[in-house]
Amino acid sequence: MNSKNLWTRLTKGLLHDSDDDNANRYLILRRNIFILMILITIIPLIIMAVIYQHEYQASLKKEIVNPLKTLANKTKHSFELFLEERLSVIRFIASSYSFEELSDQKTLNRIFKALMDEYCCLVDLGLINKKGIQLSYIGPYEFLGKNYSKQSWFQEVVVKGNYISDVFMGYRQFPHVAIAVLRRTEEGRYLILRATIDTSKFDNLIASMGLDQESDAFLINREGILQTPSRFYGKILDQYPVPFPRGNYGSIVVEEVDPQNRKMLVAYAPFTRSDYIMVLAKQRSALLKPWYTLRSEMLFTFAISVVTIILVVFKLTDTVVKRVKDADEKRELAYREIQHTHKLSSIGRLAAGVAHEINNPMAIINEKAGLMKDLVSYDDQFRKKEKFLGLTDSILQSVERCKEITHRLLGFARRMEVQLVRLDLNELIQETLGFLDKEALYRNIELRLQLTDNLPYIFSDRGQLQQVFLNILSNAFAAVEDEGQIVITSWEEDSDTVGVSIQDNGSGMSGETLKNIFDPFFTTKQKGGTGLGLAITYGIVKKMGGDIKVTSKQGEGTIFTVYLPEKAKIVPGE
Amino acid sequence: MKEMKILLVDDEEEFVKTLSERIEMRNVKSDVALNGEEALKIMDEDLPDVMVLDLKMPGIDGLEVLRRTKKAYPGVQIIMLTGHGSEKDEKEARRLGVFEYLQKPVEFEKLMRTIVKAYKSKFESSMVAATFAEAGEFETAKKIMDEEKE
Repeated sequence: MNSKNLWTRLTKGLLHDSDDDNANRYLILRRNIFILMILITIIPLIIMAVIYQHEYQASLKKEIVNPLKTLANKTKHSFELFLEERLSVIRFIASSYSFEELSDQKTLNRIFKALMDEYCCLVDLGLINKKGIQLSYIGPYEFLGKNYSKQSWFQEVVVKGNYISDVFMGYRQFPHVAIAVLRRTEEGRYLILRATIDTSKFDNLIASMGLDQESDAFLINREGILQTPSRFYGKILDQYPVPFPRGNYGSIVVEEVDPQNRKMLVAYAPFTRSDYIMVLAKQRSALLKPWYTLRSEMLFTFAISVVTIILVVFKLTDTVVKRVKDADEKRELAYREIQHTHKLSSIGRLAAGVAHEINNPMAIINEKAGLMKDLVSYDDQFRKKEKFLGLTDSILQSVERCKEITHRLLGFARRMEVQLVRLDLNELIQETLGFLDKEALYRNIELRLQLTDNLPYIFSDRGQLQQVFLNILSNAFAAVEDEGQIVITSWEEDSDTVGVSIQDNGSGMSGETLKNIFDPFFTTKQKGGTGLGLAITYGIVKKMGGDIKVTSKQGEGTIFTVYLPEKAKIVPGE
Repeated sequence: MKEMKILLVDDEEEFVKTLSERIEMRNVKSDVALNGEEALKIMDEDLPDVMVLDLKMPGIDGLEVLRRTKKAYPGVQIIMLTGHGSEKDEKEARRLGVFEYLQKPVEFEKLMRTIVKAYKSKFESSMVAATFAEAGEFETAKKIMDEEKE
């Protein structure tokens, strides 16, 4: 209900605007249609663009994230394999040699040599007893007899059975990793075999990933200490400056902003058997380059589309509103004409009725006054005969005047029978001017004829057309001063219409007068105007299927233009 | 020329009586009928030479009187004098053989001139009767002359 009301109000508000005046109405209509069309075209476009962007971003990320994770995992496995290999060989030695053999420097040396041949990167090897005392040692340090019982790694190896240390800087400042295994012999003695590995092999493993300039791969321990050098975040044993997820998890990929303000996609892959975490970091901008390209392309397309839509909608709205305006104006005009015709015919009927009714009493007055006149004139003894006859004559004259008026009214109302004859309009105009020649001469009015030769003949009613031109010309004569000018032009308007214009340089008319000019009983003449001349003219022209237009400018003059069809199409009266 | 007799038919008593009085003052005999029935009755008794007839009357209207008169007494000249004449009425009246169609109010002199003209044309019609007789159309000639005698 509510939403329906809202919708009605919205559409009403957008499309209708009853209270505004006309000029504003079209502006508002144009604005509303424009806004509405822009909204319904651009909103879906925006939604589409957003959804598409979102979807594409999601799928692209997936495409980027998965390989990143896989690579991190693979590398982690290589590391684990590498460490596990070392661990298992140490474990193998621990279990295949007796405590005595291993505590013997010579035997240990032999084993160490053999190991060095088979496995790279071994730095030292030593045996430690359960009390943490170094019993034998092959390597660059002097560790024989050293007590490890207080060190954490020793306790860890005793508890867990094996141990892989964090990277530390050992001999000649090379990074190392210590590994140790614990074994219980058949005799129930514990032996701990400890070896140190040079981590230069780590670098090879990382190099084998084949990373580009915008990527970085390294190991950290659980405390975030770099276990291998990093391209972006410092040397070995530096603190990894980016907060990273702690706790136990599989491998994950997170988005981060590093201290250099680079947006990074970072894969973390924790080792299962040791405290390392494989870190693979890539700059997001590099990863999302295709995305950025696409996005700018999309933005460009979007902008072009929006501009195009706005232009098209603007033009369309313009056209639509213009059409609406035209239609409105046409309707208004048609309405006014119908109204005018109605007015004419109803006034005509009224006038005829009045004229008829007045004629009878007028006839009585006429006869009574006539009788009085007769009586007086037959009576020789009547004393004030002259005076009396004057009075009756005056009455009779007034009756005559009334008669003229009622007859004109009847003439206005009467639908005279139309007699169509073939006539030359030029000739008809000249003929009509004949009635006014004397006045023109007397008042020194210049009559200029600009008649087109070979004007097509028209079929129309001669008498009525004469009345049309006579009425218009009389008005022109009334409008101009003495020595004024009246120009009469005729031309062929189109294949079946001829036009005649009558232009004077007289006083012109105000807009108000112009509006009412064809209304019956409307007159501006001080006296003697019945206000019927132009109304009759209008009626005749319309009856002949023609049209009449008038333009006027106050102080400059008036132009009446009459259009007549070559063959009068009689518009039947009521 | 024998004395002219006129019948004035109009439902407007004031008008028709005054008109009659004025005509009588000019030594022309004029009867008055106030409606169609009366007019037809008077005609049966005393046939006028010229009838001045109104169009709109209660009962039998002017056109009907005209129609019947022209049928029964074609020699009577009829002048229509009306305040209501429409184009259609005028056409119909002329078709039925009215001598003249005048609009009220009419100048008295004009009316009198028309009456005299109508009366004269009636005598022209007796000349016409003679012509008919010469041509052997005795029936028509006799009819015209019979009307004349009455």
